[in-house]
Amino acid sequence: MMSLLRGVTLGLGLLLLWQLIVWLTQAPHFILPGPVRVLETLINQFPLLMKHAGVTLAEILLGLLLGTLLGLGSALSLVTWGSLRRWLLPVLVISQAIPVFALAPVLMLWLGYGMASKVAMATLIIYFPVTAACFDGLRQTPTGYLQLARTLGASRRTLLLQIRLPAALPAFGSGLRVAASVAPIGAVVGEWVGSSTGLGYLMLNANARMQVDLMFAALLVLAVMALGLYFSVNLIARRLTPWVSESTSSNFRGHSA
Amino acid sequence: MDIRIEQASLRWQHHCVFSNLNLSLPAGHWTSILGQSGVGKSSLLQLLCGIADDAEIEGRIECSDGRPLQGRVAWMAQQDLLLPWLSLLDNVLLGARLRQGTPSAEQKELGHYLLQQVGLADRALSLPAQLSGGQRQRVALARTLFQDQPLICMDEPFSALDAITRLRLQDLAAKLLSGRTVLMITHDPLEALRLSDRIQVLRGTPAHLTDPLLPSGTVPRSVDAPEVLEYQGRLLRMLAEDTP
Repeated sequence: MMSLLRGVTLGLGLLLLWQLIVWLTQAPHFILPGPVRVLETLINQFPLLMKHAGVTLAEILLGLLLGTLLGLGSALSLVTWGSLRRWLLPVLVISQAIPVFALAPVLMLWLGYGMASKVAMATLIIYFPVTAACFDGLRQTPTGYLQLARTLGASRRTLLLQIRLPAALPAFGSGLRVAASVAPIGAVVGEWVGSSTGLGYLMLNANARMQVDLMFAALLVLAVMALGLYFSVNLIARRLTPWVSESTSSNFRGHSA
Repeated sequence: MDIRIEQASLRWQHHCVFSNLNLSLPAGHWTSILGQSGVGKSSLLQLLCGIADDAEIEGRIECSDGRPLQGRVAWMAQQDLLLPWLSLLDNVLLGARLRQGTPSAEQKELGHYLLQQVGLADRALSLPAQLSGGQRQRVALARTLFQDQPLICMDEPFSALDAITRLRLQDLAAKLLSGRTVLMITHDPLEALRLSDRIQVLRGTPAHLTDPLLPSGTVPRSVDAPEVLEYQGRLLRMLAEDTP
């Protein structure tokens, strides 16, 4: 209850600050629209916003799913095959030296203006953090667990699936949280580079036509979506690891705390 | 089944910790090895359990039934090593879970029975995080018993516990492990004297095992029995001499 109150107070405070800046700077509405104006636009343009938000959300979720599966798969292969690790790990690190944003035009060229290129962007941007988190988690199994499992006669496969994997779940959860917070960036950047739908497209379009209030409304929808995504993933991650005490699982707790 | 280690040698950072070490573990007896830290007693135990990979230890292990010891040792460590994502019952059944996937109905029944034996029958479905250190080590004891192996190796099993909890767990262990072949590593002479049939000290450089001390009476011996107190003094003096 207290945290709900805190959330509402925080939200109202930020809106008030926004309004204050508008009053103090006397900024014209096409530079910085006030919160009331943006809310009006949000209500008036709701169907339009939702149509584009749906596309962006689908891109983010698909990217999140693909990136997580790929990352988990890569981490498992890296742990299972030592020789693969020596070859693949440097490649992974080098690949991180190329900014994903710089790849966006190329992805557009290869995958077209549709959803595929945006999903690929979101996948690429979360692939490395998820892989790194899972790999670290899988490597840092307490030696005691492994020794115990060996005295119990566990095979290599059982060791991986029943000891290493569950022991890595908390680390996997943190990777997933990072992924949930950066996946929207991938999707929106993809839309900026070239698209005909999605919130990124809507924002760019509104900006060009000086409909700054619409741009802000789209931004607001995007922020709410990203927050919702983060807290859902956080909740799922906590459900997956009920043994991890709440104070250590996440520093950012939502309304459910 | 009698077990013997012959010609065991341990090298650590290019110097010899011990060599030509022989140790016999007679069937049905509780043998304890006392010694300072770094004298190689844990490595010796890990050699028996088949989990010594870092230390350069080698030795021949012989069982009186002629079969290899590999896979027939139950190991209990100083840390309880309970898997935090499994319930207490599933932790007890871990051996069965790792080898065959799902434990059978009889195994589950045995698991429940063992939890009852260690006084945690009503907590079977709790997670380890909800338990105190002493309770967790009780579950580890139940897990060790569930394996039902011809040799039980314990590496300072109770040393992380407070004095009173430690005494209670020693009583419980003496009761539940009676008649089994046990090797226990400890640095606490009192613990060894309360529980063991045979006590040997690993000492010196290179380290060697002293002749076994054979305390009389039934286990768990009382902490203030005259014989226990006398031996305790003797063992403590011996261990203190080794401290540089």
